[in-house]
Amino acid sequence: MEDTQEQSFNPEKIKIILATDCGSTTSKARFFKKIGNEYRFVASGEAPTTVEAPFEDVTLGVKNAVREIEELIGHRMLAPEGIIHTKSENEGVDLYVTTSSAGGGLQMMVAGVVKSMTAESAQRAALGAGAIVMDVMAVDDGRKLHEKIDRIRYLRPDMILVAGGTDGGTISHVVEISELIDAADPKPRLGAAFQLPIVYAGNKYAQQYITENLDKKFALKIVDNIRPVLEMENSEPARNAIHELFMEHVMSHAPGYDKLMKWTPVPIMPTPAAEGRMFRVIAETYKANVIGVGLGGATTNVYSIYDGKFVRTVSANLGMSYSICNVLKEAGVKNIMRWVPFDLDEVEARNSLRNKMIRPTTIPQTINDLAVEHATAREALRLGFAHHKLLARPLRGIQRSRTIADIFEQRMFEETYIDMLKIDWLAGTGGLLSHAPRRAQAALMLIDGFLPEGITKLAQDSVFMMPHLGVLSTVHPKAAIEIFEKDCLVRIGTCIAPRGAGVEGEEALRITIKMPDGSVTEEHVKFGSIKKVQLNETERAEITIEPARNLDVGSGPGHKRAAVIEGGVVGIIIDARGRPLTLPTDEKERKQKLVEWFKALEAYPEKLYELCEK
Amino acid sequence: MSSQAYTPGLKRKAATLVQKTRKLPIPGSVLVKKDMGVKADDVLARTFIPGKVHVVNVAGLLGIDVWDTSKHMLKREVEKVEEKEPIAMSKTFFGLFKKYVYAPAAGIIERASNLTGQVILREPPVPIEVDAYIPGRIVKVFPKEGAVVETPAVFIQGIFGVGGERKGEVKMIVESPDEVLTADKILPEHNGKILIGGSLVDLVALQKAAAVGVKGIVAGGIEDGDLTQFLGYEIGVAITGHEDIPLTLIVTEGFGKMRMSEKTFTLLKKFDGRFASISGATQIRAGVLRPEIIVPRPELEDEEIVERGEEKEFVKQGLMPGTPVRIIREPYFGAIGVVVGLPVQLQLVETESEVRVLEAELEDGRRVVIPRANVEIIEE
Repeated sequence: MEDTQEQSFNPEKIKIILATDCGSTTSKARFFKKIGNEYRFVASGEAPTTVEAPFEDVTLGVKNAVREIEELIGHRMLAPEGIIHTKSENEGVDLYVTTSSAGGGLQMMVAGVVKSMTAESAQRAALGAGAIVMDVMAVDDGRKLHEKIDRIRYLRPDMILVAGGTDGGTISHVVEISELIDAADPKPRLGAAFQLPIVYAGNKYAQQYITENLDKKFALKIVDNIRPVLEMENSEPARNAIHELFMEHVMSHAPGYDKLMKWTPVPIMPTPAAEGRMFRVIAETYKANVIGVGLGGATTNVYSIYDGKFVRTVSANLGMSYSICNVLKEAGVKNIMRWVPFDLDEVEARNSLRNKMIRPTTIPQTINDLAVEHATAREALRLGFAHHKLLARPLRGIQRSRTIADIFEQRMFEETYIDMLKIDWLAGTGGLLSHAPRRAQAALMLIDGFLPEGITKLAQDSVFMMPHLGVLSTVHPKAAIEIFEKDCLVRIGTCIAPRGAGVEGEEALRITIKMPDGSVTEEHVKFGSIKKVQLNETERAEITIEPARNLDVGSGPGHKRAAVIEGGVVGIIIDARGRPLTLPTDEKERKQKLVEWFKALEAYPEKLYELCEK
Repeated sequence: MSSQAYTPGLKRKAATLVQKTRKLPIPGSVLVKKDMGVKADDVLARTFIPGKVHVVNVAGLLGIDVWDTSKHMLKREVEKVEEKEPIAMSKTFFGLFKKYVYAPAAGIIERASNLTGQVILREPPVPIEVDAYIPGRIVKVFPKEGAVVETPAVFIQGIFGVGGERKGEVKMIVESPDEVLTADKILPEHNGKILIGGSLVDLVALQKAAAVGVKGIVAGGIEDGDLTQFLGYEIGVAITGHEDIPLTLIVTEGFGKMRMSEKTFTLLKKFDGRFASISGATQIRAGVLRPEIIVPRPELEDEEIVERGEEKEFVKQGLMPGTPVRIIREPYFGAIGVVVGLPVQLQLVETESEVRVLEAELEDGRRVVIPRANVEIIEE
């Protein structure tokens, strides 16, 4: 940066902020400014990321994205050496921050002694730190030792996290893991000449042996045990160490990051870690259970903050651009096509997704192309959430007594603890959701992907800036929160959806709504349908829901529930399609249903329905 | 005003200096010197990767305590052993009964752990070689790592490929870029050749090509279903080049039936019968590693070569009025045109998205508005 930013700064003096996110496909720049007494979002610019050949310099993509903003608002920020420090009202910035998931993000391997205990804790810690977990290795994972060695050598991760054993518990097993790593001698993905960073967060009594085995060949960092006792998971020290090593050892070897690191006084954060911070802000601010999703080009990140517990998972190869075909592979073409409301040949659908994969930065120009991408997104979200639920589950290895309620509900501790009826917020971010032309489209994708139950607020990131605000919040929380509330978090509305099945066409819900102006309306919603009721973003309404006998909106099957709900840009979405949601098996009926649902929410332009009638 | 927000186009060069960096995965010895001439099959660098590891549970096999493992070893750490040679022994009944553990393979003892009771035996190192891939001249040597080979050549990038590096003679087997490469066009004499098709190659043709020993196929498009059947599995993430298939396939335009670009077709036709090096390796992220066809042209004089530097300059300029572009998404997929306008303000397209667009005049004279993200610059 010209006149490099000072290491410490006075937040009061910060007026102009530039933030970028170097994504796997696109680099996104966001420009914020203090207008009057508050910080606001002003403009955005995007350009393809340039981490890989032929450019191999991340700063080129950053400059291209920033140049778009310069063109749009006439504010000069770029100099040949980097970002200009503020010189005048229309030149330079006071603060530049950035996140990164370019070049595949932070790719880690984790290891523990027991797959469902310490290895799972290590996996949660790595994911929580913003990593993509390439493999989870455990003494009991069923693979032969030489297979594990081959796998470690083949993977070339950016970093390895080793856990295992409670303090005072097994030593030999965790030492065995270190012996395997030593024998495999893996090389880091970036900069083969450097030492691969390893974080050890296992039994403290094994630290000495781990040091003997690994310290010479690797950049070893020892932190407190992730499972000091079985009943406790202590992932913070491991997460912090991962962030530290990410900057020191991984980022500094990625192409162009040496320059980028000099442009910003704030450590570069992995995109998912920054995104996760903002979902936690929602949970903390509103004291709510939150499910968040970042649907990216390469990955789908799902976050849950449930009864105060934060879990992040990443589905590394479920994305909407260059990994779109992995959604096709995992979900199957039929599952994608079930969300398409017009006649589409399977071969055509497959070729169309493949063509998106090979030209990932293109965007849909026609309405049918958009509908196919949205259909694929629903499946990416569904699969991402299914993956999340596998990790968002109670700690294992603990003796528990089952209560009568557990027995009656046939609840198993292997299952997720997330009860959709208790989720207060469902929020989404990522290019596809943020850039959906109508907010109702994002709402439907979130609902179809996650199937919220009961009463759930829906929100989304306006123009994809949650990662930017996440990293900004580490140094300037006031600016980050202000922009988040005013310009980032779009309240889509509230979804009311009963759990259970009913008979198509019979009354499912009777809802009495007392509107802000005092008027009272009564909505009768039939099973299998969706209805929208206008309630604006700043408005609240008092509602009483009376579900049919088999349906549950949070007070038990057939029981009434009263609540005060908030509106949004779409309003109140009454989704009486039932849970689980089943689509008609008859082709014609299925397409008709989709059109009916889309029309109910005014989700797509008339052109789509014309196409469906052909 | 120019714009950088576009997808870099595929390269199709008739005369350019191609440089290929050939490096070992781990340090080793480099066998060439700067300015040396090399053939495509010449080995440039060689190294040994550590051998396969065997883990032997010595304590368990001998029935001893793990902390006594090293005491029972007949071979020390770093000592060489032959296959089936005893490496550890225990005695019972005052030495009356002896129990041995034998080496599962020849190698060296790397570790005998008194904490786990495991012995790690490593087989001898495995040699790894890197060849030149293209004939040419060594222009740079990376000590212990490899070298850069340079040759004047035709350089064509495809959009997607499968299969690794292969070499062979270019053989054009269709008459026009619209024609489909079908099985009946593939003959036994095409063994060892790189076949050039038109708009599509189908599954039966791929299978026949594999059967007659064809080295590579270059075509405009392929149906996704055919590719999946040929590979035997569905590709999830577009990182390719390591498929275990008998030939390399390069698709120049995309999935489905797609007329091969005129320039690619004309170039390959012109060099019918010449030696070429090809690679299907594709890695699709923002920067993009694309499959390639290289036809070396050592006969070229210096002044005939379009330097790589000029090409980079061209890319740097970005989109400008007059820039030739190809549209890479519906509704004008495949059409070629020239940029005639670059409005700065965002505009609404059919999807109702507000995006940065450009105005282009297509070859048939139509003027169309397209998102800037949906064009690629053609380096004609």
